[in-house]
Amino acid sequence: MKLKGTEILLKMLEEEEVDIIFGYPGGTVLDIYDKLYNSSKLKHILVRHEQGAVHAADGYARATGKVGVCLVTSGPGATNTVTGIATANMDSIPLVVFTGQVPTTLIGNDAFQECDITGITRPCSKHNFLVRNIEDLASTIKEAFHIARTGRPGPVLVDLPKNVMASETDFDPANIQIRNIETAHKPVPKKMSKVFEMILSAKKPLIMTGGGVILGKASSELTELARKYQIPVTGTLMGIGSFPGTDPLWLGMLGMHGTYYANMAVSHCDLLIAVGVRFDDRVTGTIETFAPNAQIIQIDIDPSSINKNVVVDLPIIGETKTTLEDMIKFLTEHNYAQQADERKEWLNQIAEWREKVPLTYSQNGQLIKPQHVIETLYKVTKGNVIITTEVGQNQMWTAQFFPFDKPNTLITSGGLGTMGYGLPAAIGVKCAFPDKHVVDIAGDGSIQMNIQELATAAQYKINVKIVLLNNSYLGMVRQWQELFYDKRYSNTDMTYAPDFVKLAEAYGIAGLRAEKPEEVEPTLIEGLALDKPVLMDFRISREECVYPMVGPGSSIMDMKLGTREMIN
Amino acid sequence: MEKKEHIISILVHNKPDVLARIAGTLGGKGYNIESLSVNTTTSYEISKIVMTSIGNQATITRIENQLRKIVDVTQVDDLTNVESIHREMILVKMALTEETKDKIENLIDTHKWKVIVSTNSYHILEITGDKPQIDFALARLEPLGIADITRTGIVALKLDD
Repeated sequence: MKLKGTEILLKMLEEEEVDIIFGYPGGTVLDIYDKLYNSSKLKHILVRHEQGAVHAADGYARATGKVGVCLVTSGPGATNTVTGIATANMDSIPLVVFTGQVPTTLIGNDAFQECDITGITRPCSKHNFLVRNIEDLASTIKEAFHIARTGRPGPVLVDLPKNVMASETDFDPANIQIRNIETAHKPVPKKMSKVFEMILSAKKPLIMTGGGVILGKASSELTELARKYQIPVTGTLMGIGSFPGTDPLWLGMLGMHGTYYANMAVSHCDLLIAVGVRFDDRVTGTIETFAPNAQIIQIDIDPSSINKNVVVDLPIIGETKTTLEDMIKFLTEHNYAQQADERKEWLNQIAEWREKVPLTYSQNGQLIKPQHVIETLYKVTKGNVIITTEVGQNQMWTAQFFPFDKPNTLITSGGLGTMGYGLPAAIGVKCAFPDKHVVDIAGDGSIQMNIQELATAAQYKINVKIVLLNNSYLGMVRQWQELFYDKRYSNTDMTYAPDFVKLAEAYGIAGLRAEKPEEVEPTLIEGLALDKPVLMDFRISREECVYPMVGPGSSIMDMKLGTREMIN
Repeated sequence: MEKKEHIISILVHNKPDVLARIAGTLGGKGYNIESLSVNTTTSYEISKIVMTSIGNQATITRIENQLRKIVDVTQVDDLTNVESIHREMILVKMALTEETKDKIENLIDTHKWKVIVSTNSYHILEITGDKPQIDFALARLEPLGIADITRTGIVALKLDD
């Protein structure tokens, strides 16, 4: 069967069971868009900026575990995807980004809207391709999806020159060969007996769960391990939701804005079982003082994550799911039973820390506290919601004050910390789960970086809800300036901003505002109930800080606790 | 841990940008490539890259792990800790003057170096050997006036699998 490149692309997307793509047309992809015009199987969401397309595909991927797909034009269309690709790359999110390219005969000539996008994205993608020959198109697309979703997942870019897409070749979907790329690592049995020894001799074990547990679909195994053997669990930002946030064994997030008791636990534990984490500097604080008393077991699919930041005692390279299964099986077969007294002592110690410095805030006066908004959101949704966040204080308060019981329900840019992520990501999530509440917990600085996507939500009636924690500041940067720069608020005051309620209305969505604490709950209830996208503008206490906070270059034991005294 | 030069042998799919991927990955993460040699193997589809980098064992392991993450890389071996042979080649143009002509030709005779082009005004020598042998040759030739030189990256082969 002879098909054009554009037709092969659409056939391959069907083969890969893609049902939605986020994109933006332009000169070099006109032929592809012409084919999309008649496609009944593929839904295309026209975003308002290519960065929004990638974040939407990324949100879709994080919420579903499937590969997110984008389509944009060459040159500026392609370069606008770079921040989105880097965001997905840092958090290991599977994406395939198709970019148009000028005809191969013009590549290198500085043609109109030409750029070397494979060169530009090489360091910030898992892999990329420039398809030079029509014969390679089908196998390249197949390989791109395979690479994106296997091993440690990540974004893959496929650059499609216009003339290649316009030419024809034989196409047989049943006969497309690709290279065997990812090799599965099987943990050797010897390691399990070592794990057993280490757990057996541990008096104060702690599990640290990360994004690899969610990506590896290993939450139930991790939860079983922790509950069966009564091992408390802390998590990185990306690990939130991999263990139930309402379980008494959950200590919350650790690190720079971790809970007091999580940071104390990791600093005092004698065994740290780190699963699917890469020991980011925001988690460890100064490396020398991180988990100083602990033997560390690290389970990760990516050998390059092992011994990169923290030197571990027992590295296990493997999928988080199968490795945890093996671990539980080995412990069960060898009748491991924790020393009940010792474990009780450890859990009591943690309970004391939790009692001494709980995660809290002061609700005083007539000002809305952002933490109160988040707690109330949990209350009115009963947690049955998928949350995206922007980046900054809004993100940290969400991580701290909203208990996530299920994986894939906190959708946030962790590694890159990309402002402007939350709204387009929420659009992507809502496309995957139209019957679920999808809420973007936003800050007024961050949301303005991709505010144009309100039009996308309005056009397709993608009923995302935006909970805007509006302090008219770049709040996290201001917080650093308050704490470390003598309150010199250099360029962080965002008072000059649109009236967000009017802005929402201008985009054709609903806008609500709350200015007093007693307005918070009714506003949330009303906003969630409306059958349209809603922006809820919560005018919060302007100079509220995120606490605890570990200063840069400090041990995570050394926490600033706000108005409370420093403890330790 | 002791810093030393490691010779890393890499098999890759012969794609147009594979070298850029390797150089970019290592450069972007702050690792230096000291010497590099690239060519196809018996299969045009597969190229072998031999590179050297200086570091302690932990650094070299990180380099190997980063290399293995590159999709087009199929195999990575550190040849430093196994029995292997190493060779470099130089082409050196020695200008001949009244003072140096005899000395240069004596050296060539003594060490049985290969002269591949010879004119009245210069000789071009082709010398292969491991790093110490090349350094030895250069130490002797330099005082006599090297007019031009080109030196390959290291190539290496392990003895037993």
